[in-house]
Amino acid sequence: MSFVSRGFHGRRREDVDSKRVPPGQYVTPDFPVLSAGPTPHRSLDTWSLSILGEVDETHSWTWDEFRALPSEEITVDIHCVTKWSKLDTMWRGVSVDTLLEGVETSAEYVVQYSDGGYTTNLPLEDVTGGKAWVVFEYDGEPLAPEHGGPTRMLVPHLYFWKSAKWLRELRLRAADEPGFWETNGYNNYGDPWREQRYWGD
Amino acid sequence: MAGAALLGRLTWKPAAVVEVVPETPSVRTIVFDVADWPGHRAGQHVDVRLTADDGYQAERSYSIASAPDGERIELTVERLDEGEVSPYLADELRPGDRIELRGPVGGYFVWEPAVGGPVLLVGGGSGVVPLMAMIRTRADAGSEAEMRLLLSSRSWDDVIYRDELERLAGDGLTVVHTLTRSRPPGWSGYARRVDSEMLAGVGPDAAERPHVFVCGPTPFVEAVAEALVQRGHEPQRIKTERFGPTGG
Amino acid sequence: MDPHMLDGNAVAGLLNEIFGVEMTIAVRTCGNCGASEPLGAVHVFRGAGVVLRCPHCESVLAKLVARRTCACVDMSGFR
Repeated sequence: MSFVSRGFHGRRREDVDSKRVPPGQYVTPDFPVLSAGPTPHRSLDTWSLSILGEVDETHSWTWDEFRALPSEEITVDIHCVTKWSKLDTMWRGVSVDTLLEGVETSAEYVVQYSDGGYTTNLPLEDVTGGKAWVVFEYDGEPLAPEHGGPTRMLVPHLYFWKSAKWLRELRLRAADEPGFWETNGYNNYGDPWREQRYWGD
Repeated sequence: MAGAALLGRLTWKPAAVVEVVPETPSVRTIVFDVADWPGHRAGQHVDVRLTADDGYQAERSYSIASAPDGERIELTVERLDEGEVSPYLADELRPGDRIELRGPVGGYFVWEPAVGGPVLLVGGGSGVVPLMAMIRTRADAGSEAEMRLLLSSRSWDDVIYRDELERLAGDGLTVVHTLTRSRPPGWSGYARRVDSEMLAGVGPDAAERPHVFVCGPTPFVEAVAEALVQRGHEPQRIKTERFGPTGG
Repeated sequence: MDPHMLDGNAVAGLLNEIFGVEMTIAVRTCGNCGASEPLGAVHVFRGAGVVLRCPHCESVLAKLVARRTCACVDMSGFR
């Protein structure tokens, strides 16, 4: 029953090559802040990133150790399940492949754990082979806390809720473990190109 | 108030713009006619939905500024430069246009004359809107409940409902302003952000157990609520409504 | 205190659509810390979906995901 409101155009939506925009998305020049909870403010002195679970041993990095790892600049499009897409976003981060070097595991799944308790799950193959990074810079600047700083995951081929902000742990698992939104209506996988937003999509 | 209508499921209704009234350089009031409006209480709000011609939709919430008045309601909207909806409502919308709205909603942040006083209203900028509905409702009902408004604005030109507040003051309504960024020549009133000392100066004391309503941006509401609790006001008597940073 | 945080008033319309009644006056108890508050006073965050958190301990009270014709609601954070 909705009718059009004369003269309303909404957020500036850019016309772009439609091959870059998944179905049902619109492109925005803004960078909206969405969050499941309060922004944690963690001192870098107490920060650590760990890989644990189905592994030979826990691997952990302090901030200095993490920043000493080889990092790269990545420019990607990102797609939020709330329908906005942002093109050519520029990040700097450490490839998950780098983090997993030397980690022995038979795990097929990974769960990301954030400061504040947020979780999201993925098949391990969706964060390996050059598909995912733990990023610490956005647009040439240190990643702002409201956007997930000091570090967040970046998995651009899936909806952005699969890229956890305030990332602290990657827990490798033999079995899949649906996370914060996957247990409450959002699709377990989240491919924007097949518009997998919700359960049953 | 139509009892039967209250039980109806909340649905989106068309609302027609009747009139637009400028309030300050960045704020205006829009008067709507809403068919089958069931009436509302001061402090309630509506959800507004706009649809662009490509089907894109945006939704925002706005507090109702007016006291109950048949099928007519007023919303007061501040234009936020980075906003998506507020520039449309504050600049583009004109008499004859239609939007969709859903409401009234809210039962927590509500004042009715039957609740009585004393009442303390603390507003930050456009946070004054639902508080104004309370002030207008009190006036319409001829209520003698003691009501005090402490309103924080950037400058004298930015004070929403300035003249009406001046007119309504008296008869148990006290209006106190604080201007945080600039003052007119000769200003002798408060000239800083609301703080504990200011709240104590405006009153009422915690011992009088006033009903308190605080509305505005989240940081403003947090600071004021905290200061009131520190001053001994009972947390359950302090009702808060936070506007996000994007507001509209 | 997070500037992006809102309170239960902000989702009054959504809660009403889901439950069919005005919900902001409903008083519920946090399953984590035991504090009781009306829903109008709880903290609200907008992520992929809506998250209601206890204003005392910030524990998750509820998650709401509204789809076109139905809503996924998890209220398990309440006692």
